[in-house]
Amino acid sequence: MPRALAPLLLGGVIALILHLVVQPAVGGFGSNLILFAGINIILAVSLTVVNGFTGQFSIGHAGFMALGGYTAAALMYYGSFKIYGNANFHGGALSWTGRVGGFSGPWMGSGDLLFVIACLAGGIVAAAAGWIVGLPSLRLRGDYLAIVTLGFGEIARVILQGTDAQLRRSQLDAIRSASPLQLMNKLGGALGFIGIPPYTTVFWVYVWVAIMLIVAIRLKRSSYGRALLSIREDEIAAQAVGINNTRYKVRAFVLSSFFAGVAGALYSLQIGSINAGELGFQRSFEILIMVVLGGLGSVTGAALAAIILTALPEVLRFVDQYRMIVYSLLLIVMMIVRPQGLFGVREVWDLMRRRRRQVTGGDA
Amino acid sequence: MNASLAENLLDVRAISISFGGLSAVKDFSLALPPRALYGLIGPNGAGKTTVFNLLTAVYQPDQGSVHVCGRQINGLKTFQIAHAGLARTFQNIRLFGELSVLDNVRMGAQMREPHGLTTTVLRTGGYVATERHIDAWAREMLRIMGLSHRETEQAKHLPYGDQRRLEIARALATQPKVLLLDEPAAGMNPREKVELMELIRFIRDKFEVAILLIEHDMNLVMRICEQITVLDHGETIAVGTPANIQCHPKVIEAYLGEPV
Repeated sequence: MPRALAPLLLGGVIALILHLVVQPAVGGFGSNLILFAGINIILAVSLTVVNGFTGQFSIGHAGFMALGGYTAAALMYYGSFKIYGNANFHGGALSWTGRVGGFSGPWMGSGDLLFVIACLAGGIVAAAAGWIVGLPSLRLRGDYLAIVTLGFGEIARVILQGTDAQLRRSQLDAIRSASPLQLMNKLGGALGFIGIPPYTTVFWVYVWVAIMLIVAIRLKRSSYGRALLSIREDEIAAQAVGINNTRYKVRAFVLSSFFAGVAGALYSLQIGSINAGELGFQRSFEILIMVVLGGLGSVTGAALAAIILTALPEVLRFVDQYRMIVYSLLLIVMMIVRPQGLFGVREVWDLMRRRRRQVTGGDA
Repeated sequence: MNASLAENLLDVRAISISFGGLSAVKDFSLALPPRALYGLIGPNGAGKTTVFNLLTAVYQPDQGSVHVCGRQINGLKTFQIAHAGLARTFQNIRLFGELSVLDNVRMGAQMREPHGLTTTVLRTGGYVATERHIDAWAREMLRIMGLSHRETEQAKHLPYGDQRRLEIARALATQPKVLLLDEPAAGMNPREKVELMELIRFIRDKFEVAILLIEHDMNLVMRICEQITVLDHGETIAVGTPANIQCHPKVIEAYLGEPV
């Protein structure tokens, strides 16, 4: 068991270093980039499990992100009011977002527990939605999943935008007396959900990045992951060697939705607000581009593509108003030069090993 | 339970299917005792592959029943039939092309030792042990099929004959009771065919499976099959030993046409 947990420990240490050493060094703007890159890694890698491993085409990932984000936001915001009577910050150093330093609180505050619960709850709600969406549509082969997930993403957005106005600080009594079920419908509607105490920090994001990467890589190298890959290759042959296609596809989809929900939770608890209008199909396609750019089925490829595509718009700021044009041109060139994506289905270490073999082969 | 059902590994009783008005297979029956080597032949479009698809639930028969080791399997799904002990290869090769040769066979080998998501992600001790076991079994299958030297190659890059052998290795790795081979020698050269014949006999003896094969190469069929069923237009026109089949007037008529 300790051996199984070692990579997680390593991930935690890296997250701590990013939080305590790198973050103060790169300043507020840089740490925001690191944060969003991390959230995008979780989104891209989780979508890789469905689109890359299992070969099912899902294009509603932002919908799961929105569900997770709103769940966490509501839990954190209304939960804080119910517990503390206000929505102020009650976290410790690991959740301290004021990057100027000088925070002398404990590592974990009382609010951090609520934060961890909110992240998990966001994931669980998204996973449940994934199960409901996946169960009927994954029984079918072909493009049905794409259509259903696209529809789901839009339905989630419209429902969230149709919720009632958010209860504010001045309505503390109303918040206190409302049942959780009533609060579920007070999510701010088209204005979005605002004023959420921000708890997400570099540390928490990268702990989740580590969990996501460990899960995805272990899955890919296992017999379970091999079964998912075999479904992508040939569904009939997979069934002929005893694979229950529907069950595997649904489980992969639920797992993917869970992490999309967690990413949504980290996102809303970082910027302190969430608006379903920004989490429409356009956001889904951004995530999909990361997966395709990294190479369908490559975990490290998707992660690298997520980092590149998070940084690229910032790097391209010097071309000013032509930024988005250059961005799209770069994507087009990439698809022409490397249609299989950065790494294809391989991982970064596969490519390194191969290069080494080629080099030694050339010497001999 | 009926005694004959228990004795035969595969027992097919009068299965039929029609697509629209066309009767593709009609009243097909077959019994494979342990260690049988049985041939299914017939002209193109006779319904041979349809029989395989009926046995493995790619199609559901309109009538009739199929038993494997005394257990009724029609009505089950394709993957459940694989678990029941019926493994097959495909006429138009269906390998997992992007996966390595070894991974293709591991896919077959892991059927008897499946893992859940939790043990996989936590990488428990039991999980590591079974993965090793799957790996060893898959390599053993590759060794038997003479493909060990190709285990790291992508399946789609193999020569045609090797792809056919890999399909057999994958099917065999599921530890079946009955092996269905759909044109295993198609695309092989004469030397490979002779080797394949030896291999099929060896597999039958070593793993004690019953083998049902579809094949167009008459020389191969006549030399290794102990019993043969001949299909034409979905109907069984002859059943017997190779010697009987060769001079059966209906078979000659189906293949060569009526005498003038």
